[in-house]
Amino acid sequence: MKLALIPLLPFLGFLINAVAGRRLSKSVSGGLATAAMGLSFGVSAAVVWELLRLEPVGGVRAIEETVFTWLSSGTLEVPLAFRVDPLAAVMILVVTGIGTLIHLYSTAYMHDESDGEYARYFSYLNLFAAFMLVLVLGASFPVLFIGWEGVGLCSYLLIGFWFTKTSAADAGKKAFIVNRIGDFGFVLGMLALFWAFGTLDFQGIAAAVANRPADAASIAGATVITGATLLLFLGAAGKSAQIPLFVWLPDAMEGPTPVSALIHAATMVTAGVYMIARNAVLFSHAPFTLEVVAIIGVATALMAGTIGLVQNDIKRVLAYSTVSQLGYMFLALGVGAFAGGIFHLYTHAFFKALLFLGSGAVIHALHGEQDLRNMGGLRKELPLTYRAFLIGTIAIAGLPPLAGFFSKDEILWKAFSSGHTILWGLGVVAAFLTAFYMFRLLYMAFFGERRSAAAGEGHHAPTAHALDQGHGGGSGAHLHDAPPAMAIALVVLAIGSVVAGFVGVPHALGGHNQIEGFLAPSFRAVGSAAEATEGAAAAGGEHGASTELALMLLSVLVAAAGIGLATFAYLRKPGVAGQWAERFSGAYRLLLNKYYVDEIYDAVVVQPIKRLSTRLLWRGVDAGLIDGTVNGVGLVVRGWSAVLRRLQTGSMRAYAMSTFLGVVVIVGYYLWR
Amino acid sequence: MPDPTLNSYLMLSAVLFAIGTAGIFLRRNLITILLSIEIMLNAVNLTFVAVDRYLGATDGQIIVFFVMTVAAAEAAVGLALVIALFRHKATLSPDAFTTLKW
Repeated sequence: MKLALIPLLPFLGFLINAVAGRRLSKSVSGGLATAAMGLSFGVSAAVVWELLRLEPVGGVRAIEETVFTWLSSGTLEVPLAFRVDPLAAVMILVVTGIGTLIHLYSTAYMHDESDGEYARYFSYLNLFAAFMLVLVLGASFPVLFIGWEGVGLCSYLLIGFWFTKTSAADAGKKAFIVNRIGDFGFVLGMLALFWAFGTLDFQGIAAAVANRPADAASIAGATVITGATLLLFLGAAGKSAQIPLFVWLPDAMEGPTPVSALIHAATMVTAGVYMIARNAVLFSHAPFTLEVVAIIGVATALMAGTIGLVQNDIKRVLAYSTVSQLGYMFLALGVGAFAGGIFHLYTHAFFKALLFLGSGAVIHALHGEQDLRNMGGLRKELPLTYRAFLIGTIAIAGLPPLAGFFSKDEILWKAFSSGHTILWGLGVVAAFLTAFYMFRLLYMAFFGERRSAAAGEGHHAPTAHALDQGHGGGSGAHLHDAPPAMAIALVVLAIGSVVAGFVGVPHALGGHNQIEGFLAPSFRAVGSAAEATEGAAAAGGEHGASTELALMLLSVLVAAAGIGLATFAYLRKPGVAGQWAERFSGAYRLLLNKYYVDEIYDAVVVQPIKRLSTRLLWRGVDAGLIDGTVNGVGLVVRGWSAVLRRLQTGSMRAYAMSTFLGVVVIVGYYLWR
Repeated sequence: MPDPTLNSYLMLSAVLFAIGTAGIFLRRNLITILLSIEIMLNAVNLTFVAVDRYLGATDGQIIVFFVMTVAAAEAAVGLALVIALFRHKATLSPDAFTTLKW
């Protein structure tokens, strides 16, 4: 019951707020939702504590719990079972811990909504967390899939929370539909796995795969394992916003800012990374898939990073930053550093939540202003937010000793040491981009002079939601820093962003990289004694300690260079960025328009489907064939009845006569036969 | 005079039936048509009883009672309809009532 309680608590919160929320006051519905998450965090912590004290069985520690048998059909047996192993332990702590802080933050951020809307918001938020917890706790693919689809639904509901605004409603639909494409691959992957192994339990699949030889590294020698993992990766790309399915994530910024934090930091987008890490054994047997994962990951990191360089919406910069960081995680998974990917997921959860909530505090203070060009100089007016934001920015840029440094460096080192030198190089470039655009964001928002809203070329449509609190929103007015509930969340996350990395201090720096050792059993099949890969990695670590240190220094220098360049362009010589944009206007426009990916998809996918639907399916099949058949039946009946009704004269005598004649004919037939 | 045989009864019955049928087609009064129907029913009844007697059974006689009961009901309903029709059009010619059609 303990494990089931973890998703059940937020689910109960959802039920109460969904049913009775309209009649509850804001403090009750918000408090309830936050308390549900907090309790869930408490239970999670207790479970993880129990897990830590457990004696490993066959090298694996896990707590398992079957709630009931869900499906039983032929050889398919799916119990609704939850399992906590080290990987799930990290995930439930991240989801419930950061989720709780985001709930707390939301109680203040969403306070201007009406009571009913407020309760609706918190019911969605709780449901989101509940589904995410089902996703990470599920012991088999179908159970994971419940959560997988559930978070998809909730993302639609939350992104389109302000559904009266067309762009928000469209963004919600876009997220849902793009995810659907990935889910299609995911379902096919599940089917392939069941066909190949006859089970959908993660441990069962891992055990079955472990007995097989690994697939060939080229597509030519591929077996079902490579096919299934590629399909699963398509699902992961949809959920975790990788090329080619990343387009929904930047648009997801239409939702309330804490929702962005929730989607980007603790839940949803991490699902794809988690799913691949969960099936580490399976993916390890498909080297071709891993290669694809790594290449897509690094390509996504670069693409999103370059787009992030020029965006002017504070939330959009962060969105592309998320896409880029997710690319890093996939790079880690692709080079086989599953622990590194999860480690980055875990540290990223802290600083990305911090950055989003910080940007939310800025937007809150500026009454809905999101355009960086209309900000500036907020450092003095929002000191707490500034400090929190600064910590988050340094953490994501990868400066030691903050959290982002350790995880990012772990990934880059693993990429390098596994022989993917090109991918490593591209990853370093992406690190440079990250440092640059994050500090550009920081400088534009918090440094310099306040650029008034009126000066912003008419861009100031009081964007998302009129966070109108009654007191003046003019540029000269005194701004209010984050209210207490928001401040607490920011402070806790800022502390987390500083210290979270210390669980993974690499051996080269005299640490023990505890998180890698902790997570390692999750990436092995149960009872498999072979730890060849682990051993080799450890050995490589011994030999390459000096190399690792050199690379570490290099990536710090690269990050510092990014910061330096941003400082030069946006702090020392504020005009220089504009000059660059003019000199490279082609590249600038390309980036500003996000490589025209949305436009390309529109032209290649959306418009052809629309044309096909209009011309063939609507006018041809629906109007022509189906309506034609239905109307044709009616027309034939009407034509014949026009002839036949001439027989109905209404004259009783004629009817009687026809009856009589009929009798005569029939009787005559029998008599003369 | 010889005893009437089955044939005699059937001949009489056929004549009665033909009279009734002719009445329905030739007369121009609804009441007369109703009477003609009664004649046809009685022709059938006569056939039943005659054949029944000839076979030494009783089933036919039972059916005759049924026919008589139904005929009584039919007469009652038929006359009621005739009265209603007469009130409507002030005539009893069947050719006046031809509106029940398309």
